[in-house]
Amino acid sequence: MQLEDLFSVVKTRFNNEFGDSEPRHGKTDIPKGLIFKCPRCSNNTFMEDFTANGKVCPRCNYHSRLTAAERLDITIDKESLVEFDKEMISKNPIDFPDYGKKQAELREKTGLKDAVITGRATIRGEKIVIIVMDSNYMMASMGSVVGEKIARAFEYATEHRLPVIAFTASGGARMQEGIVSLMQMAKTSGAVGRHSNAGLLYITVLTDPTTGGVTASFASLGDIIIAEPKVLIGFAGRRVIEGTIKQKLPDDFQSAEFMLENGFVDMIVERKKMRRTLAHLLKLHKPAPKGALSDE
Amino acid sequence: MNNANNAMPASKKLDIIRTIGRPTVRDYIPMIFDDFFEMHGDRQFRDDGAILGGVAYFKGVPVTVIAQVKGRTLDENKQCNFGMPHPEGYRKALRLAHQAEKFHRPVICLVDTAGAFCGVDAEKRGQGEAIARSIMEFMELKTPVISIILGEGGSGGALAMCVCDELAMLENAIYSVISPRGFASILWKNAEREREAADIMHITADDLVSLKVCDHIIKESEGGAHTDPEQTAEYISEYIFEALKRNLQKGLDEMLNGRYNRFRTIGEFEETVPQA
Repeated sequence: MQLEDLFSVVKTRFNNEFGDSEPRHGKTDIPKGLIFKCPRCSNNTFMEDFTANGKVCPRCNYHSRLTAAERLDITIDKESLVEFDKEMISKNPIDFPDYGKKQAELREKTGLKDAVITGRATIRGEKIVIIVMDSNYMMASMGSVVGEKIARAFEYATEHRLPVIAFTASGGARMQEGIVSLMQMAKTSGAVGRHSNAGLLYITVLTDPTTGGVTASFASLGDIIIAEPKVLIGFAGRRVIEGTIKQKLPDDFQSAEFMLENGFVDMIVERKKMRRTLAHLLKLHKPAPKGALSDE
Repeated sequence: MNNANNAMPASKKLDIIRTIGRPTVRDYIPMIFDDFFEMHGDRQFRDDGAILGGVAYFKGVPVTVIAQVKGRTLDENKQCNFGMPHPEGYRKALRLAHQAEKFHRPVICLVDTAGAFCGVDAEKRGQGEAIARSIMEFMELKTPVISIILGEGGSGGALAMCVCDELAMLENAIYSVISPRGFASILWKNAEREREAADIMHITADDLVSLKVCDHIIKESEGGAHTDPEQTAEYISEYIFEALKRNLQKGLDEMLNGRYNRFRTIGEFEETVPQA
């Protein structure tokens, strides 16, 4: 087999698991939206129960995807968000056929302008810059807008000496923007580096799925890396690797737990404990109170 | 450069860079550098044969050379994993880059890879983290970095060694977000449309100059580097000579800001409402 034929298997993954809009449980006769079929344990749950459980699989604790709005709602203080660059939309840097049209349709359908929301906000009163990716928009692939908004968010945080919390989710680079999307990896990582050199805190929360060029750039560069239980985290696509080694990989391959075991995640935190965990970490990174350790 | 080659479609360039006998870093290094002293290992896990690095003289100036190795034979290819580095390869590259920084040597990166290796062990050892860290730390490296793409510049695996003050490409080299084959299979579900993909992806040196990703195009010998490796090596040397002269005279802030802005300014977007 030619080495590059490995990629021929990618399509299955993108069709079945990471399609732009199709739910993962496409192979059943049950009407869409009634049942959640867990991609990790294949258990079926009524959508109502699944939603009531915070979009977490009640059987295996897989933490499913949230929209950026849902994520912000359970994470930051009510009405604390001041969004940055709300109106930024992508152009078509390599004149990719129908890219503009597809984007316009998605903007209409999702109400998003692209795959990331950035802004300043507070968590239990602590000021932060927040970055939330939304996999409903082209699988939160990173193109010009995602790269620019993230770089600006880090630059703002550096200038205003604020910590950054990034909820990552991404299928990787945005193919339709060609090499320009690859360059966003360097742009965002460079901005992370400057924020880090200023002695400021950066926490990443890896959510489902964090893969490809986002894993290979800002998502892996947090001072503290948190993951939600059972989510997919990796660099290469699972099926690409299965194609290479010609065998099926274990179910927990590229899971949050796999990344923890191999030393690339600091902690796995359940969704219901995320807000208080982040607030705690933010507090821990504030200077010690005056008079601490004094002899008095 | 002649115009005929300028207009050559990417799919034709794919044929040229895949020609058996196209020179690799193992051919070029002795032609371009003197007294190359190879160093091994990432000091953490093992030595990765896909990344070759060491110290050498370039026209009397000590430089650090970090190169991605493609094999010329099956045995060489086994040793260098067909030019696809594992995480330890990127960590080795970064170790040598920091060593260069310590001793104030410029770094010359020679890039030629289809991409970082996709495999179980690569995932276990953090391929994503290794590339991310390489990108971030090369961005801040306090010594000049010149990168040259010799053949294939594939995806993040190439970018990890292309965070530089100047990027040059051989005239038939390509640099892309993913291999054309991968692009075709992801977007059209058909890897066989590789050539068609190559022609719309904007991956030739000329395309990348107009996208401001690449700064210089280095001529190859007539018909492609394989026709006269010595001549092509000579063209590469001429470029390195000029690039070092340009970059060694920069102040540190000028250099680091310039490097940051090379990437900071790439991206095409519009803001429909002016910022408040």
